Amino acid sequence: MDVARNLPNGMQPALPADVAEELAALEREDASGRAVATASQWKLMWWRFRKHTLAKVSLAVLGFLFLVAIFADAIAPYDPTVTQSNRTYAPPQPIYIIENGRLTWPFALGLKSTIDAESLRRMYVLDHEQRIDMGLFVQGEPYRLLGLFETNTRLFGASNGAQQVSVLGSDRLGRDLFSRMVHATRISLSIGLAAVFVSLLLGVTLGGISGYVGGRVDMVIQRVVEFIDAIPSLPLWMGLSAAIPLTWPPLWVYFAITLVLSLLGWTGMARVVRGRFLAMREEDFVMAARVSGSGERRIIFRHMLPSFVSHIIASLTLTIPGRILGETSLSFLGLGLKEPIISYGVLLQDAQNIRAVATAPWLIVPALVVVVIVIAYNFLGDGLRDAADPYA
Amino acid sequence: MNDLLLEVENLQTHFFLDDGLVKAVDGVHLHIRRGRTLAVVGESGCGKSIMARSLLQIVTPPGKIVGGAIRYHRGPGDVVNLLDYDRKGPEMRAFRGREAAMIFQEPMASLSPVYTIGNQIVESFRLHFKVSKAEARTVAIEMLRKVGIPRPEARFDAYPHQLSGGMRQRAMIAMALICQPNLLIADEPTTALDVTTQAQILELLQKLQAELEMAVVMITHDLGVVAEMADDVAVMYLGQVVEQGSVDDIFYNPQHPYTRGLLASIPRLEGATRARLAAIPGTVPHPYARPGGCPFHTRCRERIINRLDMCKTEAPPLVQVGAEHHARCWLHHNQGVELSSEAVQLASLPLTTTGGH
Amino acid sequence: MTSYILRRLLYFIPTLLAISLVTFFIIQLPPGDFLTSFEARALASGDQADLERVEQLRERYGLDQPWYVQYWKWFTGILVGDFGYSFQWKQPVADLLGQRMLLTFLLALATTVFVWAVAIPMGIYAAMRKNTVGDYAVSFTGFIGLATPDFLLALVLMWVAFFYFDMSVGGLFSPEFEGAPWSMAKVWDLLGHLWIPVVVIGTNGTAGLIRILRANLLDELHKPYVETARAKGLTEWHLTAKHPVRVALNPFISGIGDTLPGLISGATITSIVLSLPTAGPLLLQSLLSQDMYLAGSYIFLLSILSVLGVLISDILLAWLDPRIRYQ
Repeated sequence: MDVARNLPNGMQPALPADVAEELAALEREDASGRAVATASQWKLMWWRFRKHTLAKVSLAVLGFLFLVAIFADAIAPYDPTVTQSNRTYAPPQPIYIIENGRLTWPFALGLKSTIDAESLRRMYVLDHEQRIDMGLFVQGEPYRLLGLFETNTRLFGASNGAQQVSVLGSDRLGRDLFSRMVHATRISLSIGLAAVFVSLLLGVTLGGISGYVGGRVDMVIQRVVEFIDAIPSLPLWMGLSAAIPLTWPPLWVYFAITLVLSLLGWTGMARVVRGRFLAMREEDFVMAARVSGSGERRIIFRHMLPSFVSHIIASLTLTIPGRILGETSLSFLGLGLKEPIISYGVLLQDAQNIRAVATAPWLIVPALVVVVIVIAYNFLGDGLRDAADPYA
Repeated sequence: MNDLLLEVENLQTHFFLDDGLVKAVDGVHLHIRRGRTLAVVGESGCGKSIMARSLLQIVTPPGKIVGGAIRYHRGPGDVVNLLDYDRKGPEMRAFRGREAAMIFQEPMASLSPVYTIGNQIVESFRLHFKVSKAEARTVAIEMLRKVGIPRPEARFDAYPHQLSGGMRQRAMIAMALICQPNLLIADEPTTALDVTTQAQILELLQKLQAELEMAVVMITHDLGVVAEMADDVAVMYLGQVVEQGSVDDIFYNPQHPYTRGLLASIPRLEGATRARLAAIPGTVPHPYARPGGCPFHTRCRERIINRLDMCKTEAPPLVQVGAEHHARCWLHHNQGVELSSEAVQLASLPLTTTGGH
Repeated sequence: MTSYILRRLLYFIPTLLAISLVTFFIIQLPPGDFLTSFEARALASGDQADLERVEQLRERYGLDQPWYVQYWKWFTGILVGDFGYSFQWKQPVADLLGQRMLLTFLLALATTVFVWAVAIPMGIYAAMRKNTVGDYAVSFTGFIGLATPDFLLALVLMWVAFFYFDMSVGGLFSPEFEGAPWSMAKVWDLLGHLWIPVVVIGTNGTAGLIRILRANLLDELHKPYVETARAKGLTEWHLTAKHPVRVALNPFISGIGDTLPGLISGATITSIVLSLPTAGPLLLQSLLSQDMYLAGSYIFLLSILSVLGVLISDILLAWLDPRIRYQ
């Protein structure tokens, strides 16, 4: 540990290298008296990660969104697929907690709709006469919680089940946008994870072979990596996903898209793994293991892999947002996931038409969530990456 | 004392780090004389590199020179305090490179990898002298020849990575000396080189020093280099000069326990073959946890143990122990002549000068 | 240097082959023989000319032969400018590519220039003013730029223009220049429209490159050679611009090679949203209607464009960094 390492991330003192070394030589134990030399690798990572405020906030945000994804059925007040012709493009109904300057039980206002004679479009105004009280754990449409328990308790909604409140408005077919977004969170977050998991398998295998075997195999794999990195992924993704038969059931399409996204996405992982392997082949502890007669398998899985698991996690986190954006873009273009699967990209398809956005600006809201997810993953990944190198 | 070039008085350079204050240089007194070589020795971490950088005011934040004076004797009666100049201002920049130049430990890292060495030498020259590119090139090639680089015309256009380590350090020296400075600060110039090259570079530095009549401040931890090069020696420990004197004073009549410890740790050819090398006990303390009193008291074999325990409680003053020989140690306090007035009242206190072990 | 360029050009040949194989694979992907469905439609409509064309095409592209023969016929055709036949447009694909690829290339070029012009000064500023409000502002903007998908930016921009300024920002030309021959006025009109997609596509890459440059520069700022330059008496500005910035630009340039494929991807989706007369919209259209020769050719050319860009940035890097050149 030198002085620079004690500082919060990105705050390394501006010391010339040899001066820093000089200061480092002075230091024999961590200033705050923690037993740095004896702390486990994960503990050191946690200490460093904790100093990254943005990463911590991002972790909380993502944790919250994952909770939303898991309990999507309970959190969504309505069935995301039910269309209502009398609520097409209904505007958001804000929830008020202040009435006449005083705090009150949350309530929303009903909508009054008229048909515009000229454009034949339904027009809405908030009906100040019609007050709808909101409630927690209200009764709604029945669903299976986590696919297991039959229930009809929803996290929140209008106290009177007969009334509807769309906090984020409705789409072209009168479906509740908020409910759809809650369900989209499930798909978009999970497809990011799934695609990265496949990339991980490909990347670790190929990167590991490349770095460990070396020689001609390494050469070939490196050329492939360079090739994949040099071609633009979106047109290729488009080409590949366009080939997915329209007749496939939703679940198959989901996996096919996952596969398409991961086929081009493993190269970053392979680079990391290969680089680590190359560096580690020269390390003393690997040499020591070899000298003491460990088999190659044991060296790889017992000694080499664990020492860079943290790096893999960090770079995985940084690849997830790319996958999520990929899925969103493809679905947005109509080449990715399709109804009845709901992802953020599918939701944004409605926003493709600029006139639709002009009449119903709330259709853009799903995009904001995508941005938040991507930023959160980036900050989290940055924090993890910095934390992954406790001695760096 | 009329040959004085640079007079450093109570120099303090501190690093304001998030975790606390590091007093890298804490009250250094030094005299640098024209045409002579002053070696600054100490273990890594004693602040000698930062002290050297402070002389040119190239310490960058979070480091800052917080006190003291660096008086530069430009000529007879023409003395300026460099610390009066702004660190980034034109006067200080005119001093750097022109009046005093510096060479660094790692020639490879200290040369920009993307410019030819000729470009980097000329850069310095044309900054301080209004000359044409062609003239500067001629001067630079001459300088390259002087530092012993073969075929300098061709090497002028070479990139650092195309030269060997020794050649690179020669190029660094040429770069530093192109403006014929009065003072050359060499920060461990031979540490990164192999032994034969080290000797050549030291020889070259000696030759050039005589030729250009400049003062040299040689930062090193290698007492062999000191013995070979130095006229005067300053020994640093934890940001302070604990002893300064002529090379003979230091090697044959060391007065500070730390100096004695350093000298005892040199392996010798003569003497008992089976004797263990005497190492200084303990390690250099943490910079945030500087010991009070004499900073060396935690490792000192000759610490005065008495009722006052002053080695632990009071910082010792710089005491004159010979004609040009000073040591910062309580052991000499009631024998030598006091330079510092801060501990006068202590002089009247009863002292026991028993060396403890 | 010459040998380096030659070596890189040699590497380009297997890449070209690989791209062509991947493209051919995509062309073959859709289930069923697209010619058969074309034939069925021609039969149904009784279009004799189309039926004749089917025969010609079957012969020309060896569609009744094994895949490697088909591949070879297709690939050698590309080398002489025959990209296949668009069943939807009933035209040779080559005729549909020309202007759109030119505009795509122009768009990519303009975006690269924009990215450079913005990222370099902002990256340097952020590094030199590290941990100041300015640095945080640059970094924050960068993060937003990095996280916002191109199509969203395009949508928002269009929406703002439509809603608040009541103007349509789509396309690259005003209606009166749409089909007009090239003239100074048309070029001027193009420039007036070009900046919107350039900003949309470039934001992402700019944000990435600012981060790269800032990190590189922060690494370099404390290298010993900077201290050497400082000890020479250079001003802070002069020494930063000449020494660390110059070194930090090297990985920056290879970073441009890395961002170019992303830029092409961004250009594809942005041009779809903004309905620009570039490759993107036609690619989407052809994919949706399974007009595979046309789609394949676009994927092929977009990939080539991006690989060439990477190649150029590599050569540029070698030219700028003597260490690479002499390896």
